[in-house]
Amino acid sequence: MTDTTRVIPDRLQSPLQRRVKSWESLLLAVAVAIFIVNSFMSPYFLNAWNLSDMTFNFTEKAMIAFAMALLIIAGEIDLSVASIIALASTAMGAAVQVGVGTPGLVLIGLGVGLLCGAFNGVLVTRLGLPSIVVTIGTMSLFRGISYIVLGDQAYRGYPADFAFFGQGYVFWVISFELVLFAVLALIYFVLLHKTNFGRAVYAIGNNPVGAEFSGIRVARVKFILFLLTGLMSGVAAICLTSRLASTRPSIAVGWELEIVTMVVLGGVSILGGAGSIPGVVIAAFVMGLVTFGLGLLNVPGIVMSIVIGALLIGVIALPRLWDKWRAHAAKG
Amino acid sequence: MSRHVLMSREVLLSGAILVLLALIASRFPAFITPANLANVFNDTAPLILLAIGQMIVILTRCIDLSVAANLALTGMVVAMINVALPGLPVPVIIACAIGIGALLGMFNGILVWKLEIPPIVVTLGTMTIFRGTIFLLSDGQWVNSHELSDPFKAFPRAEFLGLPVMSWITIAAVLFFSLVMSRTTLGRAFYAAGGNPHAATYAGIDVGKTQFWAFTISGALAGLTGYLWVSRFAVAFVDLAGGFELNVVAACVIGGVAIMGGIGTVAGAMLGALFLGIIGNALPVVDISPFWQLAISGAAIIIAVALNTQANRTKGRIILKRAEHAS
Repeated sequence: MTDTTRVIPDRLQSPLQRRVKSWESLLLAVAVAIFIVNSFMSPYFLNAWNLSDMTFNFTEKAMIAFAMALLIIAGEIDLSVASIIALASTAMGAAVQVGVGTPGLVLIGLGVGLLCGAFNGVLVTRLGLPSIVVTIGTMSLFRGISYIVLGDQAYRGYPADFAFFGQGYVFWVISFELVLFAVLALIYFVLLHKTNFGRAVYAIGNNPVGAEFSGIRVARVKFILFLLTGLMSGVAAICLTSRLASTRPSIAVGWELEIVTMVVLGGVSILGGAGSIPGVVIAAFVMGLVTFGLGLLNVPGIVMSIVIGALLIGVIALPRLWDKWRAHAAKG
Repeated sequence: MSRHVLMSREVLLSGAILVLLALIASRFPAFITPANLANVFNDTAPLILLAIGQMIVILTRCIDLSVAANLALTGMVVAMINVALPGLPVPVIIACAIGIGALLGMFNGILVWKLEIPPIVVTLGTMTIFRGTIFLLSDGQWVNSHELSDPFKAFPRAEFLGLPVMSWITIAAVLFFSLVMSRTTLGRAFYAAGGNPHAATYAGIDVGKTQFWAFTISGALAGLTGYLWVSRFAVAFVDLAGGFELNVVAACVIGGVAIMGGIGTVAGAMLGALFLGIIGNALPVVDISPFWQLAISGAAIIIAVALNTQANRTKGRIILKRAEHAS
């Protein structure tokens, strides 16, 4: 099933480009439609502060989704991201108990994220293990360590100035997280679409053997991608911990699936080799708008997950059904 | 060659389980009494049943992340059927459970087969859809013990020749699927479709259809487990068995099932599940906080997959192998 649907590399340029573009415009249309429907459905939707609150639904997840997008384009996956958040948050919480200040906490959060990413990266690139199994393992391992440390307890008592990352506003309704989201989106856009490194990521995803033979250090690029994903999980851990002002071992549970959904919804091929950062950005907004709009209508969170799940399958199935129907019509 | 490796892997895992039991027994001899071991087996029964289905799915180069949600949804539906029609005999309930589970599995299978959507995406989506459906059906309410009929609750616990029915069902499933995998064309097709899809196609095997049947079997087993789980614990709710799909994948990986498809046995999956089950049951006995379990099973997965990959490495042609890993 996988091999037949792969894009043939020598046709990479124009058809693929067109397809990616049409995907993003489709997604954008969906986002605009949801926005309009929402504003008709609820009188509270079109309010600057409510919309600003809405962005917290996706900013932290999207930060990780950017790095995850690169990783998936390169043909790997990291399911341990939510557990890295838990472990980084636990480490920061433990540091608070011994009186570490905000700069130290930030360093610890980023450091734990990097270490976890390096651990995944070594297992995948050095030992040649499949990333999906490795990260299912580290997913249990990292969160498991949080459970060993915390059990059913929680860390609190974060310093007052630490609250800025998750609760602070830079200007009017523009939160710090939203600004960070925009900056990271820009950085990842440049990294993926404007640098040699980004071209290498696509090349590896399309044809790892070919990439290796054309002089790309496949293992090193993949290792860097795992590092980046770990680092972004550390950044998200700082934001989320600051926003919640407490750490439990169950923090961010299930996020890995929402993040993968966001990436796939954004048009990144789960088989690797195709995808774009603007797609992921729009997908983040779509998911944020859906959850927020349904929330305003008092729809419970679990029902929203049906919508997200159906969106994930539907958005991939419909174009394929359409292609099949057209091929069928052309034949008959 | 590969047969030799397979055999040694299961022997290795059996050895690891025996060492584990010996370590526990050296301090807590009561743990390895037959009665307690039977208890451990019965506790692990759901994991074994799901691991068999998952193994078949992974053999065909797919993955089924929706098994736990399928289990919970089917469990909720049969519980509600039981509440609505308390007189319905248990065999009918079981047939319903298997049927509903198989239908949910077929839904996954159709999407993978006919629309060629990557299985991880399909089952990620259906996982959340199934969970949400439980909420819609039950309105977020629990079905509690006193609402369920007595025969419904008693069936899996009924003793037969010293073992609960739940254990017997599991043993029967292990034997049945061992035969299916080794003695039927469908069983061989699972290995062929995963081992080399192109060759399988040239040999006249419809790879997509084979994957469809793998998902159907996985779904049917999840449905059966759904009834057993709900009746044994006498409760059904939205988050039942939440996150259990990862334990199931872990059991398969520890049991030597290759995530790239084509390699794995029913016995391996069962041993992998038992390994996790013994650790889970032993932790409270040896007075380690149950909070350690998650980290231990994570470490076990990583070590197991590292060992599996090392065992396969002797084949050579490193560059090609790497390409397989990456794609």
